Amino acid sequence: MAIWRTRSSRTIANHIRKCMNKGFMGGAVVNQSSWSSTLQSCSLSSLSSHRLVPQNCSYLHPLPCNRATLFSLQRFKSSVAERQLDSFFSSDSDDEQSLDFPGGKVTYTTEMNFISESSHKRIPCYRVLDDDGELIIMDSDFQQVSKEVAVKMYSDMVTLQIMDNIFYEAQRQGRISFYMTSAGEEAINIASAAALSEEDIILPQYREPGVLLWRGFTLQEFANQCFGNKADHGKGRQMPIHYGSKEHNFFTISSPIGTQLPQAAGIAYSLKMDNKKACAVSYIGDGGTSEGDFHAGLNFAAVMEAPVIFFCRNNGWAISTHVSEQFRSDGIVVKGQGYGIRSIRVDGNDALAVYSAVSAAREMAINEQRPILVEALTYRIGHHSTSDDSTKYRALDEIDYWKLARNPVNRFRCWVQRNGWWSEQQETELRKSIRKQLLQAIQVAEKTEKPPLTELFSDVYDHLPSNLLEQEKRLRGTISRHPKDYPSDVSV
Amino acid sequence: MAMALRNIGRRVGLPLCRMRPFSTATCDVENQQSAKSINLYSAINQALHIALETDPRAFVFGEDVSFGGVFRCTTGLADRFGKSRVFNTPLCEQGIVGFGIGLAAMGNRAIAEIQFADYIFPAFDQIVNEAAKFRYRSGNQFNCGGLTIRAPYGAVGHGGHYHSQSPEAFFCHVPGIKVVIPRSPQQAKGLLLSCIRDPNPVVFFEPKWLYRLAVEEVPEHDYMLPLSEAEVIREGTDITLVGWGAQLSIMEQACIDAEKVSDFHFSVLLINDNSEVHN
Repeated sequence: MAIWRTRSSRTIANHIRKCMNKGFMGGAVVNQSSWSSTLQSCSLSSLSSHRLVPQNCSYLHPLPCNRATLFSLQRFKSSVAERQLDSFFSSDSDDEQSLDFPGGKVTYTTEMNFISESSHKRIPCYRVLDDDGELIIMDSDFQQVSKEVAVKMYSDMVTLQIMDNIFYEAQRQGRISFYMTSAGEEAINIASAAALSEEDIILPQYREPGVLLWRGFTLQEFANQCFGNKADHGKGRQMPIHYGSKEHNFFTISSPIGTQLPQAAGIAYSLKMDNKKACAVSYIGDGGTSEGDFHAGLNFAAVMEAPVIFFCRNNGWAISTHVSEQFRSDGIVVKGQGYGIRSIRVDGNDALAVYSAVSAAREMAINEQRPILVEALTYRIGHHSTSDDSTKYRALDEIDYWKLARNPVNRFRCWVQRNGWWSEQQETELRKSIRKQLLQAIQVAEKTEKPPLTELFSDVYDHLPSNLLEQEKRLRGTISRHPKDYPSDVSV
Repeated sequence: MAMALRNIGRRVGLPLCRMRPFSTATCDVENQQSAKSINLYSAINQALHIALETDPRAFVFGEDVSFGGVFRCTTGLADRFGKSRVFNTPLCEQGIVGFGIGLAAMGNRAIAEIQFADYIFPAFDQIVNEAAKFRYRSGNQFNCGGLTIRAPYGAVGHGGHYHSQSPEAFFCHVPGIKVVIPRSPQQAKGLLLSCIRDPNPVVFFEPKWLYRLAVEEVPEHDYMLPLSEAEVIREGTDITLVGWGAQLSIMEQACIDAEKVSDFHFSVLLINDNSEVHN
């Protein structure tokens, strides 16, 4: 215990000095490598349960070690669930009387102890790269990424950035009605997608277009949706950014918050019944965790033992509502335990950490048939949407800090470049080429006809019922009487 | 009660083969198979047995369904089909419907039970904004047509405002879902099977007053009754009465009494609007 304190406080102090001039929303979260996190778990569990000491203390061995041995060490140590709960629920002494209660034995105590509303320290945040994109040497607990995957990850992060910039501008020019950027959350988008298999089923919220991008949804397809033309898979019915693709196992985005979570439990249950080696992955923001559907989704998935990854992008702000006005818990990660769900907090601006955590989460979800909760700490650099001006409720300094000092794309680039996998020239070429492709995609999307009038009525049911048929007929009549009042680019 | 339900049995279908595809088509071939006199909850129970028997991708779930349900509609299902296909859920209506949508979106027949229609409101968002719009918003890439939500509704002589509500009007204003309410055991079985196999999400309200009270002969085999079709229960020329569910037996009695006691000579047309598609 004493050893842990000395070492971890040194690590914490070191990291705070080096990386975290500012704390995360609502208080300083220690950006801690899993080296110290496993030490912590070891010390806590050794306090509570003697059984765990030999097993967990083997984690102490990696220190100190060199780079070569790092990679050969056991990966995903974080997949061994922490056992802190044991201190609450298991008896230290066999002599103590216990209550045989549904759900398991509960020991009696004569001490009137209320469980604290929060732990002494905030849950540490798992990371692999520091803010300069340098691998944290002591940390062996991450999933290796090949050159090919790393370069695709970086390229897609850049593509997402450029797509956001161009579509945002297109909205400002009045060419599309609405847009939402993923700025600041590129690593979450791309790295979480990269860690999954294409058979895994995505239930997005709305700030995860990078998952689709990773899976091969083309820039033209993005543009078609935003322009609502007849090539849009959604037949031009939804506002921009409400993408969906059956081909890519990406359920169509719906605007209501959190509704996808209990659905993810149902989808995962179906995967379970079919013995599929796949999981459901549902994204949500920090604000969404206040919805009843968050509770419903997590509780159902836990009880049904459904293979779901609940991925929460805690970006500090739900439109203008700061996390301190959203909940009083230590973020989202601590909520998992309340549902009996294994959880991890990860640095959402560290692509390697996100990749590693999601890889491990997926492995556990599928192999052990259980839900996993991932909380990624990040920041929404852009406005909530094009209908929002975030400078009205938050400081410019704060935005700049996350944009510059903690930028996830720059950080990952540093690492990729340090490995010799990326050059300035490739960067220039990539940016130029993506920009060109996007401008072209927008032009094509803009010129493509809108979906025909009949699509306004179809797909409400599997077949058009007589009353909708009647409405369609009457609308055609009205249009033919007042053609000037209706858009000319919609074929009637 | 049962006397009001004599002239039913217009459409009786053939037993269906396993793995019946989603379809609105019904079997209307007259069939002279055996029928037994049973009440409405038993008819629902038979329909659920058949639904699970004929489709290995059918699931029944909700609060307390595992031991048979508080109204006994799911009796024997868990024993017969196993706990992975017939199971209790946590006490959370939005969770039940959300879970059902997900299950249905994967090509399953999700038969969800809401214990009382009075408690369906936490699931209103999942039904109205999710289930109803699932197909439309995705451009028909995805759908949750396999979802059927069963809920006992209506007055039972006690229960008041939390155990006797009739909330069907709320749902009838929602494009994308169908609302179906049976009026008798035979209709309950045939309509429920049609709902379960319909390729659109359906809210199926069961008149709980009739669960034990309404008894009639119900064919034992698998049959379906058409949705979105009204039924003329009683011919007439002067007054038209339209009703659904438990109310119909009262209305029929009213027709008889009115014709009997009135000094005027008139007849009443009684229509059963058992399933409604409103937009």
